Amino acid sequence: MNKRQKFFAYPYGLWMTLFILLPILLVFLYSITSKDTNQIKTLRFTLDNYRKFFDPLYINVIIRSINLALISTFFCLVIGYPVAYIISTTNLKKRNTVLLLFILPMWMNMLLRTYAWMTILGNNGLINSFLNMLGLPSFRLLYNNTAIVIGMVYNFLPFMVLPIYTVLSKMDMKLVEASHDLGADHKTTFLRVIFPLSLPGVISGIIMVFMPAVSSFVIPRLLGGNRSLYIGTLIENLFLVTGDWHFGSSVAIIMMLIILASMSILNRFDVDKEGGAGLW
Amino acid sequence: MEVFLNRKIIELKNISKDYTVRVLNKVNLYVNENEFLTLLGPSGCGKTTTLRIIGGFESASEGDLFFEGENINHLPPHKRQINTVFQKYALFPHLNVFENIAFGLRIKKVSTSIIQEEVRNMLKLVNLSGFESRNIESLSGGQQQRIAIARALINKPKVLLLDEPLGALDLKLRKEMQIELKNMQREVGITFVYVTHDQEEALTMSDTVVVMNNGEIQQIGSPVDIYNEPENAFVADFIGESNIVDGIMNEDFLVTFLGRTFKCVDSGFSENEPIHVVLRPEDITIVSESDGYLKGTVTSTIFKGVHYEMIVNIGTFDMLIQSTFHSPVGEKVGLRFSPEDIHIMTREV
Repeated sequence: MNKRQKFFAYPYGLWMTLFILLPILLVFLYSITSKDTNQIKTLRFTLDNYRKFFDPLYINVIIRSINLALISTFFCLVIGYPVAYIISTTNLKKRNTVLLLFILPMWMNMLLRTYAWMTILGNNGLINSFLNMLGLPSFRLLYNNTAIVIGMVYNFLPFMVLPIYTVLSKMDMKLVEASHDLGADHKTTFLRVIFPLSLPGVISGIIMVFMPAVSSFVIPRLLGGNRSLYIGTLIENLFLVTGDWHFGSSVAIIMMLIILASMSILNRFDVDKEGGAGLW
Repeated sequence: MEVFLNRKIIELKNISKDYTVRVLNKVNLYVNENEFLTLLGPSGCGKTTTLRIIGGFESASEGDLFFEGENINHLPPHKRQINTVFQKYALFPHLNVFENIAFGLRIKKVSTSIIQEEVRNMLKLVNLSGFESRNIESLSGGQQQRIAIARALINKPKVLLLDEPLGALDLKLRKEMQIELKNMQREVGITFVYVTHDQEEALTMSDTVVVMNNGEIQQIGSPVDIYNEPENAFVADFIGESNIVDGIMNEDFLVTFLGRTFKCVDSGFSENEPIHVVLRPEDITIVSESDGYLKGTVTSTIFKGVHYEMIVNIGTFDMLIQSTFHSPVGEKVGLRFSPEDIHIMTREV
């Protein structure tokens, strides 16, 4: 790399330092200092914030969050894979239209999209009004885990569909023909050739859905109500309601470590290093 | 025995294929058991489409396809006793050499011990023993080629389709593989249907050559027939190099071209019918100007290794001549050829 090229990398390096590295360091600094110090001179280092976290109450929050994120990721995969497959097999003219329809909701703010679900699932919402019209009793659809999963699947589905679609549409159709040629019917060809070859896309999709799902606080807050805490809402509460930035920072750091760990596990399945897991 | 040897294994009857334009027009063709048949023609002539129809990857717009006497128009590829070696091999990148070759047997749920033995035999056949656990991407083009052949042959197909399998290899390797393929075909006794645009490849390996152009069959015959007795100007021009001259058939055994009348060995044309005359460059001898049937001036001489290639201008026509002797550019020479060297073909008006 010559000097000139290095020079062009400076703005990027500056950007990284200012907006990525520095904030993380600050959060880390907060997480290892105690609450009663606000001046740099009187900083008191402590691991209390981390110790506090290993309370069954907070451990449960983590488990609940991961659980919910896994369920959402699972449904995204189950719904997203067939969608991606269908889009990749439609002819080129229609394909872009179908793809556009799929991405269109992403042009709207996520908050708005989630509010839309509140009006659908609410006690006087679309579904319940319809049931009442038929003379059926209302159901409590909002403010439970199901509502959160619906919200997450709806919001994050495109992140699952797009990487899988990309891999499938780039797949060499000759390989599918070769499989048929060697005696495999459609089902066997899918299981033995198409799905294994689309794994990099599946892994990217899982990462792209799991990461925001585990840390999301807007969706649990709006659709899950205040009844149970998730990592995202816990951090939000600690920062904005309790005002305990130090404990909040330690929870944030722990969440980062959890995501990092799950990424490195997924990375082992991604043999070709083509998926987003290669980032880690 | 004779009857068995000539049993038709594949038969195409009036096969046509239309996309936006017609790419195959009423192709009639049969392939005998144990035959090495080559579909030869320039790109876009319909040879690959014909192969894909036999393999089941495309369906014909019109016509019928028979396999051992049974109509298989609507039989999907995975139910045909036919395997294909694809142009760019289409090996599975997520499987190693062993699993690629074993693919067909795994689907048939053959026991692991038999699979292991069969794969070993196949690797031996294609001279790649010990390559079982190698990654596909670590193999050279020639090796991938052999794996593709092994992957197809392990299923013991009755017919093997090969779609320009040597296209991606360099010249020397291609020549080696041509001989190897031919030997392999004799060894395993399977019918090969081979697609190529390389006329030399077709002549070297085939029992039967089918020359195609513009979606139609131009000529079917043995390599010798195709070379020596081309049925029309296209075949003559495509197979080897030719001088094609317009002429008129005066009567049986008498033809006029380039301003002179010659004796020839062809008959059966109507009187004064316009025809094409084909003269192979290697059949023409250069003699002194006074001894020649035709006179001209050498305009170019190129050394080609075994022979020289010369162009002699005869008034309106440039005659291509191959000879181990050469004449310098600018020399006036005479040309001779015997009546058997004059090939007459109908001229389509």
